[in-house]
Amino acid sequence: MLIKLTGGKVYDPAHNIDGKVMDIFIRDGRIVDQPRDHEPVTQEYDLRGKVVMAGAIDMHTHIGGGKVNIARMMLPEDHRGDPEAHSEFCRAGCGHAVPSTLTTGYRYAEMGYTAGFEPAVLPVNARQAHLEMADTPIIDKGGYAMLGSDDFLLRMLTAKKDQNAINDYVAWTLHASQAIGIKVVNPGGISAFKFNQRFLDLDENNPYYHVTPRDILKVLSRAVYELGIPKPLHVHGNNLGVPGNVETTLKTMGAAEGYPLHLTHIQFHSYGTEGDRKFSSGAAAIAEALNKHKNISADVGQIMFGQTVTCSGDNMSQHRNAGHGHPRKAVVMDIECDAGCGVVPFKYKDENFVNALQWAIGLEIFLLAEDPWRMFLTTDHPNGAPFTSYPHLIRLLMDKSFRDDAFGRLNLDAQAMSTLSSIDREYSLYEIAIMTRAGAAKLLGLHDRGHLGGGAAADITVYTENTDREKMFSTPNYVFKDGELVVKNGKIVKVTWGSTHTVKPEFDRGIEKDLKKYFDTYHTMNMEHFKVSADEIADNSRGRVIVQECKGRREKTA
Amino acid sequence: MVNPAHPALQAVDRETSLVDAVTCPGCGLLCDDITIARSGSSLEVTNISCPKSTAFFRQASQNTSIPRVAGQPATLESAIRRAADLLGKASQPMIAGLATDVYGMRAVLELAELTGATLDHMNSEAAMRNIYAVQNTGWHTCTLTEVRNRADFVLIVGGDIVSRYPRFFERIVWNNESMFGQDTAARDIVYLGGPQLDTAAGISPRNIKPTVIPCDNCDLPQVVAALLALVHGGELQTNNVAGIPLAELQHVATRLAAAKYSVIAWAAADFDFPHAELTIQQIAELIAHLNHTTRCSGLPLGGSDGDITAAQVSSWISGYPVRNSYRRSYPEYDPYRFSTSAQLNTQEADALMWISTLDPLRTPPLTSLPTVVIGHPGMQFAHEPEVFIPVGIPGVDHAGIMFRSDSVVALPLRKLRESPLPSLRQVLDGISAELGALAC
Repeated sequence: MLIKLTGGKVYDPAHNIDGKVMDIFIRDGRIVDQPRDHEPVTQEYDLRGKVVMAGAIDMHTHIGGGKVNIARMMLPEDHRGDPEAHSEFCRAGCGHAVPSTLTTGYRYAEMGYTAGFEPAVLPVNARQAHLEMADTPIIDKGGYAMLGSDDFLLRMLTAKKDQNAINDYVAWTLHASQAIGIKVVNPGGISAFKFNQRFLDLDENNPYYHVTPRDILKVLSRAVYELGIPKPLHVHGNNLGVPGNVETTLKTMGAAEGYPLHLTHIQFHSYGTEGDRKFSSGAAAIAEALNKHKNISADVGQIMFGQTVTCSGDNMSQHRNAGHGHPRKAVVMDIECDAGCGVVPFKYKDENFVNALQWAIGLEIFLLAEDPWRMFLTTDHPNGAPFTSYPHLIRLLMDKSFRDDAFGRLNLDAQAMSTLSSIDREYSLYEIAIMTRAGAAKLLGLHDRGHLGGGAAADITVYTENTDREKMFSTPNYVFKDGELVVKNGKIVKVTWGSTHTVKPEFDRGIEKDLKKYFDTYHTMNMEHFKVSADEIADNSRGRVIVQECKGRREKTA
Repeated sequence: MVNPAHPALQAVDRETSLVDAVTCPGCGLLCDDITIARSGSSLEVTNISCPKSTAFFRQASQNTSIPRVAGQPATLESAIRRAADLLGKASQPMIAGLATDVYGMRAVLELAELTGATLDHMNSEAAMRNIYAVQNTGWHTCTLTEVRNRADFVLIVGGDIVSRYPRFFERIVWNNESMFGQDTAARDIVYLGGPQLDTAAGISPRNIKPTVIPCDNCDLPQVVAALLALVHGGELQTNNVAGIPLAELQHVATRLAAAKYSVIAWAAADFDFPHAELTIQQIAELIAHLNHTTRCSGLPLGGSDGDITAAQVSSWISGYPVRNSYRRSYPEYDPYRFSTSAQLNTQEADALMWISTLDPLRTPPLTSLPTVVIGHPGMQFAHEPEVFIPVGIPGVDHAGIMFRSDSVVALPLRKLRESPLPSLRQVLDGISAELGALAC
């Protein structure tokens, strides 16, 4: 079975291909450089005049696990506005802010996305996250396991355990939670909140463990690096949403001491205190620092105006935000001495000064950061906006006059506090392909995704060139997932189930002796039950675990 | 002893007689430290003393039954065909009960979509009280391990907890060791509400008796409202509320404010009075207020009979917990109209499928509608349903996954014995196949 995609204009930044007209061949779900001699083409798609990219990858999207399902349960009023009816190929569900799992998969695919990564998998809740992702069709998925406010790690830090022991625990957690990366959320802060601390700055001690967020960032970023995990430590910093947090964010970049670090939804961490309302844009300083620190990458977490819901592991911040809920309700949880969560529905309004400036700050960061390989397109779905707003966001980045028109509708005080209209940059298709494909795959270590070279999985999206980029990116002509045509003209034509990407770094299993004792003494579940097995994910052969390569355990440190 | 590695996924060695690290679906605590002695198909709990767990495994030990159609023994295939026929002909089927695990619930949702059915759980009268509170105001809550290691004050509202969750105190209150060096035996316990409770379980290992403030639960709305007012620093123009001296409530308010990490626990099933969700919302408001200055969390206890499991799976697949319906080809939610009782009483539903795989005593409500029961092999009926299909018990006859009371921890259930019974999932998949498989 050989499929030929003929004559499309290809954007494949992993191979420096910038709009070259060329053919692509697919055999058995994979891209091949050339057909074999006399190998017949089974099916040909005439893509002349079309734009061809790898399937898009959302490297930070809350699609599965406890807080997402709490959000679903608490927002029937939001679901009612966006029912998804049963159709020839698709099962029923609901959409908008927190779509049902099935609808999530369909809508990502219909937008040309073929992978999405849940960035906040609580290890103790990993089973639920994987169950939900298993019910999310078509796209590939994976998760980042959350550490940094868990008692076991903080205990290790207090006891000044050596880095190798911490590496073993980090690796054990990746195995147990079937994750592809490690995330830290408000390092130490979720724990501090349980001890009644309300803010925690980078160099402030957790009141019980006497450990600072900087200590946590240092050992975790180093552990991730030394274990050879491709994905840099995923950092949701301290002081989310707090005016003046730009200083914390700039210091956080330094805290990695040169180890790779990814600062997620950085827009929410780029606020200054200038102006009459003591709320201003820190975007210029953030972008300048990003441009300078080559070990740092970031995604934006752009906000869009309208109803959404914020779901976060950061219960300290979410407790602070609970009063801003729209509708006014909030769920805040302390979880298993391991983590926490907070869910607050939110409506961003362009007439509101703070919301309008948040919108502008996000775009300023996108446009001032120079290297698209270290900058990723996210709305922190659904926290800044539902993922279905990506085509609109892409147009804002690619079309200055469209952007300026939108800016002109903002709260006037916010306009006065932003430099956005003075920025002329427009993203190119090549840069969009970096941010949403090649760069994301490279960052996560998805060696066979995000590019169109021989050997890559045939996750491919085909668009019709259109100066209205929103229209163009909303309805791809074709989406192929592992070589199968799943979307035609923006509608699902076949449902597949995708795989789960993980890493399984080597480690010293001796750590389990300590963990077993720890679980038996303090926890309410058996350590063996904490672990999610690959067989659970493969349930009924619908799912599949892919183990991405770690580049070997780096040198042990004394 | 059996190696507990990947317990959910391994069939147990036929030769062994003791199985440890078993998860018990007998109540919503899902204790996973149970040792079971197995001999043939009979299962006995050996290492703990818990009436729910003992009963669950003893009930599971009874002889299995075979499918029946119109009261007559039938093959599985013919029973499935008759069930499909009945459901397929119905214009508005109701699928209720829903006591099953994650895998069973996934199959339920698929069948509901295929048949345009309405869904409700057997525990919804109680469980919805909490769900309404989440949907209307939200709450601050925590999980079992958090209570076990952090709580210094536990306020129990409306019941004794242990009648429904027998090992509550043993596992998360009177535990010997805690993460932060707390003297757990010094934990302060108050029971508020519930007449004539047996509060023996609340006596600390050092024999310190709990504070007990009884009242009729139908008076809880005013008692909780008064406590909320006192926590807010209000002054009440009375010296007693529902017979409780105001000073006693004031004392509770003072202790809540002084605690470092208090926990307010309740079982919604105890709140059996009209509009109990408003009282739960007041508790949530009380907790939110305390969290301005100190830490306090709610602990809404549930999860028995798979009620949390059903709500979780239904929420991620349809967007709505239960009391949802696929009658219009997309999911809708109406917690009043789509309740089992409303659907049966108004005869909006014209066929009932009742699912009860965990407890043989949970039989369908009395109805004249044609009824299919898929359930525990030990079920007995005062009114024989049109179709009865006995299925395996999750965590006994087949592996599975269930959500614990706190909605966070999903535990693997293991297969403890060889069983001739199909799983609920297999039966529902069979019915779906009869009806023409869903596109997906």
